[in-house]
Amino acid sequence: MKRVYVNEKWCLGCHLCEYNCAFANSGKTDMVKALKNVTINPRIQVEEKDGVCFAVQCRHCEEPLCVKGCITGALTIKDGVITIDKSRCVGCYTCILSCPFGAVMPSDEGVIQKCELCLKNANGQPACVQGCPNNAIVYEER
Amino acid sequence: MKYVIIGNSAGAIGCVEGIRSVDTEGEIVLISNEEYHTYSRPLISYLIYGKTDEQRMKYRPDSFYDDNKVNAILGKEVVKIDKDKKAVALNDGEEISYDKLLVATGSAPFVPPMQGLDKVDHKFTFMTLNDAKALEAEISKDKKVLIVGAGLIGLKCAEGICSKVKKITVVDLSDRILPSILDEEGSKLVQAHIEKSDVEFILGDSVAEFSSKKATLKSGKSVDFDIVVIAVGVRPNVSLIKEIGGNVNRGILTDEKCKTSLDDIYSAGDCTESYDISCCENKVMALLPNAYMQGECAGINMAGGEKLYDKAIPMNAIGFFGYHVITAGTYCGEVYVEKEDESYKKLFTKDGYLVGYMMIGNVARAGIYTSLIKEKTPLDLIDFDMIKSKPQLMAFSKTDRAKKLSKS
Repeated sequence: MKRVYVNEKWCLGCHLCEYNCAFANSGKTDMVKALKNVTINPRIQVEEKDGVCFAVQCRHCEEPLCVKGCITGALTIKDGVITIDKSRCVGCYTCILSCPFGAVMPSDEGVIQKCELCLKNANGQPACVQGCPNNAIVYEER
Repeated sequence: MKYVIIGNSAGAIGCVEGIRSVDTEGEIVLISNEEYHTYSRPLISYLIYGKTDEQRMKYRPDSFYDDNKVNAILGKEVVKIDKDKKAVALNDGEEISYDKLLVATGSAPFVPPMQGLDKVDHKFTFMTLNDAKALEAEISKDKKVLIVGAGLIGLKCAEGICSKVKKITVVDLSDRILPSILDEEGSKLVQAHIEKSDVEFILGDSVAEFSSKKATLKSGKSVDFDIVVIAVGVRPNVSLIKEIGGNVNRGILTDEKCKTSLDDIYSAGDCTESYDISCCENKVMALLPNAYMQGECAGINMAGGEKLYDKAIPMNAIGFFGYHVITAGTYCGEVYVEKEDESYKKLFTKDGYLVGYMMIGNVARAGIYTSLIKEKTPLDLIDFDMIKSKPQLMAFSKTDRAKKLSKS
């Protein structure tokens, strides 16, 4: 299936992916209203140090430890995509304990959030990839 | 092929999903002494708290048994396994044959003999949905509750009922709370946080005698109550396997394929012991994620597939009143500690590996540490100084990062 892959050497560390992620998942149609004066909590996060940078988000693992460990059944995998049913999540953070990539994080609603490839928001395909100016992240089959 | 599964919680459901990943046709019969559709037991405190409800706490959708062609016999109990006849006997006399059997009988609350406990009218344990419903029916704003046990179950119970009762007192023999997962410092932090919600702790003390509404403690102190919750621990339900000669220690012994010492009989979840790779010994690790993965592994092997359950470690994610705790592995070896405001972190390394950690407060990206333990990543292959201050993929080599993020 298609996944988001990282081309580390092309990442500029511009953090645009984080802003596009936060905007796509805000439910708002105006980027300024969605992001201005807001501390964003994106599902993709850039790591950077000494000139090296890259973005990390859910890898949609074939062997998803977050799904298998989920105590509520709120995390599920369907057609290779791992999604969270926030209405069933109680915020126990077992998925944060389990994810080897550190790609699941607390959400502002008090439960958890993770990259769902923008399949559940209005964007319909990964906004982080669409907005990346340098193909440092790509959405493709490998 | 006919599969019989005893149990209906994480181990059993993992087994159904494991079997169906290999065998979409074989007959599956699932038997549970509880009458409910599969639900998540750790959610019972959230149910009373009001953060979930009976519909949302279902562990799998309503259509699960149909979708997976499972004949679920709910509300009946398996009383005996006949390993020679390859059949299980139910409490109503029915006999069900199997080709492969999974025993996922879980654990039961341990209620030690305590003087005068029989005089207490309203006493509860806190493990099943029925336990939660019974307790919920009894609590009210004018009731005082005594919880015996400051472990995971006792404290989640305290959180669940806190806003719905007049007073909660927690008594534990140990001199600190959550002794099985936290060190002294960590216990203090979490205790201080829980105390903000008016839960009173009496530690290093125990009940000498109950009368109907009062507990007299060994120290001579007394605690008035209307309701008692006993949460001192759980015991694996091993009798079905023990009485037919299967190898049982504290829990049912299983191999890496989750098979017991008996032919065609597998076991998963709280009733088992498994091998903890962080300390290299067998342990009962009664945790939901482990139960699911054992069940899944058992199911795959029962159906003729190949799967090993060989990376088990104890691990816990738990929170109280918004304060989170994540722990994993074994606490031994060299220690790295970091403390900042309300956050506390402790890492344990031994012979060049991370073997355990605890994080309180800031638990961001904890799974990167968990993975170091489970995968036994040699610490000299990563930048440990970098990763110890903050879990991050930057600490891995460029090649390893590419494997993780670029599949190359």
